Amino acid sequence: MSTADTIFALSSGAPPAAIAIIRISGPMAFNAVQALAGRMPEQRRASLATLRSHDGVFLDRALLLTFTGPDTATGEDLAELHLHGGRAVVRAVEEALTAIDGLRRADAGEFTRRAFANARMDLNEAEGLADLLSAETEWQRRSASAMMGGAFSKRIEDWRNELLNLSALTEAELDFSDEDDVGSQNNQYISEGCIKLHDAMRSVLAVPTAERLRDGVRVVLGGPPNCGKSTLLNALVSREAAIVSDIAGTTRDLIEVPVAISGIPFVFIDSAGVRKHTADDIEAIGIGRAHAAFEIADMVLWLGDQGRGPKHQDLIEVDAKADVNAGRKSTASFRISAVTGEGMSDLIAAIEARAKDMLPPPDQFAVNVRQRLLLNDTASALLGAADIDDLLITGEHLRQARLALDALTGRAHTEDMLDALFGRFCVGK
Amino acid sequence: MNRDFDIIVVGGGHAGVEAAAVAGRMGARVALVSFDSQTIGTMSCNPAIGGLGKGHLVREVDAFDGLIARAADDAAIHYRMLNASKGAAVQGPRTQADRDLFRTSIQRQLAATPNLEIVVGEAASLLFANGSTTAVTGLMLADGSEITAAAVILATGTFLGGKLFRGEERLTGGRIGENSALRLAAQIRESGLPMARLKTGTPPRLDGRTINWAALERQPSDDGNWTMSAMTKHRYVPQLSCAITRTNSETHDIIRSGLDRSPLFGGDIAGQGPRYCPSIEDKIFRFGDRDGHQVFLEPEGLDSYLVYPNGISTSLPTDIQAAMIRSMRGLELCDIVVPGYAVEYDHIDPRSLDSSLAVRGFTGLYCAGQINGTTGYEEAAAQGLIAGMGAAASVLRREMPPLDRSNSYMAVMIDDLTLQGVTEPYRMLTARAEYRLRLRADNAGTRLTPMAINAGAVGAARCAAFRTRQDEKAALHDELSNSASADQLIRGGIDVKRDAGKMPLREWLRFPTVGARQLLAVSRETHINIIPDNPLIAEIEQDGRYSPYLERQEVEIRNLAANQQIHLPKAINYHAVAGLSNEMVERLDAARPENLAAAARVRGITPAALAAILVHAKRAFPDNIAA
Repeated sequence: MSTADTIFALSSGAPPAAIAIIRISGPMAFNAVQALAGRMPEQRRASLATLRSHDGVFLDRALLLTFTGPDTATGEDLAELHLHGGRAVVRAVEEALTAIDGLRRADAGEFTRRAFANARMDLNEAEGLADLLSAETEWQRRSASAMMGGAFSKRIEDWRNELLNLSALTEAELDFSDEDDVGSQNNQYISEGCIKLHDAMRSVLAVPTAERLRDGVRVVLGGPPNCGKSTLLNALVSREAAIVSDIAGTTRDLIEVPVAISGIPFVFIDSAGVRKHTADDIEAIGIGRAHAAFEIADMVLWLGDQGRGPKHQDLIEVDAKADVNAGRKSTASFRISAVTGEGMSDLIAAIEARAKDMLPPPDQFAVNVRQRLLLNDTASALLGAADIDDLLITGEHLRQARLALDALTGRAHTEDMLDALFGRFCVGK
Repeated sequence: MNRDFDIIVVGGGHAGVEAAAVAGRMGARVALVSFDSQTIGTMSCNPAIGGLGKGHLVREVDAFDGLIARAADDAAIHYRMLNASKGAAVQGPRTQADRDLFRTSIQRQLAATPNLEIVVGEAASLLFANGSTTAVTGLMLADGSEITAAAVILATGTFLGGKLFRGEERLTGGRIGENSALRLAAQIRESGLPMARLKTGTPPRLDGRTINWAALERQPSDDGNWTMSAMTKHRYVPQLSCAITRTNSETHDIIRSGLDRSPLFGGDIAGQGPRYCPSIEDKIFRFGDRDGHQVFLEPEGLDSYLVYPNGISTSLPTDIQAAMIRSMRGLELCDIVVPGYAVEYDHIDPRSLDSSLAVRGFTGLYCAGQINGTTGYEEAAAQGLIAGMGAAASVLRREMPPLDRSNSYMAVMIDDLTLQGVTEPYRMLTARAEYRLRLRADNAGTRLTPMAINAGAVGAARCAAFRTRQDEKAALHDELSNSASADQLIRGGIDVKRDAGKMPLREWLRFPTVGARQLLAVSRETHINIIPDNPLIAEIEQDGRYSPYLERQEVEIRNLAANQQIHLPKAINYHAVAGLSNEMVERLDAARPENLAAAARVRGITPAALAAILVHAKRAFPDNIAA
């Protein structure tokens, strides 16, 4: 990568913040530090320096860190400038860096792409890192760590070896059955091996998707107008996310509030009150959206009349406003008052318990949709292979299985997949 | 004698004759240089043509109007369809050949090839343009005479630095009784081409008159009338039977008693032998627990009493070989005519070749056959065809036919050789072809003859025959487009479910119980005279049977095309691509893949490595990378 540009980007969150970290990676990284700080600090030691632009203008007093490649996150020379996190400071330093020859702003995902290109991580690890970077809760972080630690890669490698073994047995019979002592005695073994491998993949597929972990469990609050949905939402997320009023139809659009409860990512969604007749076009659209929200919800909290909610396998009947009209829903699982807090802790515990079943267990890798599709292809091909009627077809199914498994590790459609993968990174991570 | 040619082919083995013949058919002026015009077309080892994977190659060479399939039919004293009980894609047509008839057929076909001259002599050294060490201009013969050409194809088999081993005996030469082209070998070695050594072996030849055939299980020639070449109308050589015997524990004890005198175990042979065709001493050493190994007794010809015992190639001393033979059933009194031996020989690393088998870094130098690390007549013939077409296309400024892994075993082999190199003599296997279901021995003509005709590689007779065949096929296809109901089929005696509905005849072929011939009989509008043995019917039947899989492969092939479009510049420096292991750099550097899809096929290249290569190539050659 000696011919590479040197790239930089703000790697911490959006300013203003207490500190802002700009990362610089590439062959000119240390020249850039030298140019701004006027000296090269000791490797891998935090060191305070005054940064100035090329015409001597004071930029900031900053903490510097430098790492020599290839033993760095990107595999290249790497520097970090820890600045005061004001917008103006960050902008000024970025401009000073841009003025240095051979430096430019990083594209989306470019740091990771370099790490990947310099063999600092394999593709599945890179996908794990993408998840880790966007992991905001403890559950997400632990699952992403399992993926990034290579547990998934290791599993695939084992499967691949077994698949190659089964293929070899099949091919031996196709190519060498007329020679010496290769017979059809292996057919039973091949068939059983395919089934076993298929089952192992299916059990991984049975683990809930990684997307739900990444995006949060979607809990939709539903019910007729003015039944207390917005009040409950605000109580659940502990802030005034939705406008609460006594006027029916106050909530017209969906209000989505992401929040972590006990480390589990949730998105609570307040919907427009569902009623059949409204003269308000906008409210009508909102009601339509509420119905759509129920369809993709992972869980529904139904505040309306008993049994009148949408058909959903994870629907919790809630009798809200227990403080004003107790006992309205005779068999509701939960009777609560968001205003007094009555019943709230029980409801939250129940939501948590259900959500845990929907998420991949922590410390175990979860597969995302792309991986899931390919694993599914592999498993289906194995099932086809297990039915040994025509060994030629078994061989073809096993080849399809190998192909799908190879695609999982990135061998096929490299460019497309990389684009999709690296497009998920925000600049500078 | 003519001294100036377009192309010189060195070697009259299976690679050399196909190379010379195809270049001649394409219109190039060709010289075929051989020690002895009488030995051209000699089968130096097993007197058989075809087999699993190999039969595919024979049919593909035949589709390009090559010689080998017709010679096999002209010499066939035994036909056998291997894997006959399995799907057509893995069936392998194989024939036993009468050596004399085979050689005669090859020589007769060469004599009838236009633009081809046989030059008798020993190739001594390559000639280069003034001051150049890479621009080939011709060949110097051992008598000092020179012949010139724009391209030279080396098809020297094991003659390059060949060394024979038998017990304690050592001989130089490619085959018993012939010289080894030592001077040429020395020159090639000095040219800096990467070279390595491989080993192969041959069994003793037996005197069939001393075999007790009555005590042995016979293997008669197949029924049916299929032939190797699409141009052979029917079988006409008298058919002989083979026989089968087995080694036993006594045989194994005899072999063990001689292992200390075997050059294979004494460390004298450095070259790696083939794992799929081990010597009998290797088999005993590695699989000693087996109670016996099959030995096929194959007659060498109608007028020959020689018998080839397939399965016991050996380099044990002569006295051990004699005792080993006589320990087997039916061979108790058998005499050895020529003892077996091992051959160690030079080959060039085929990763230094491009896809037309031209040597990278030279102009006008091609290599084909065993010199590239392969084994087998069929592999050699196919490479001869490719190199001959490559040289002729280059000299005549034409395009090479678009062969690739999805349309031919030949391209699978060339791709494997030029990308992966060899660690043992390379033999074709059906498992090597990922699009095996499409690449059947029975549809080689359909797959390849159109492009062969475009390349100018096909003579008038086959062109005419192929057109007739295409017309017949079109008519059959029309016929199969008619629809028929399950009831109609059942009335016609075909076993299908009554509720299966109505569909075009072609789609009924997906059901294993439905045959094309019965279908055509059911079709009311039949106006084609169906010849019972017409191979087209079987071909169409197989197309129908596997069509769901063929369609899926079609999608796969289209998807691969994207990476194939990403061309990798010749100048790419793999040492500069960060993140590649030394092993990857070595492999990529040796193979120089032509595009990203080819790079992906190089063994050990991981997805991460591929991405690194792509990133590097885009950065280093921003204008050079398509897509």
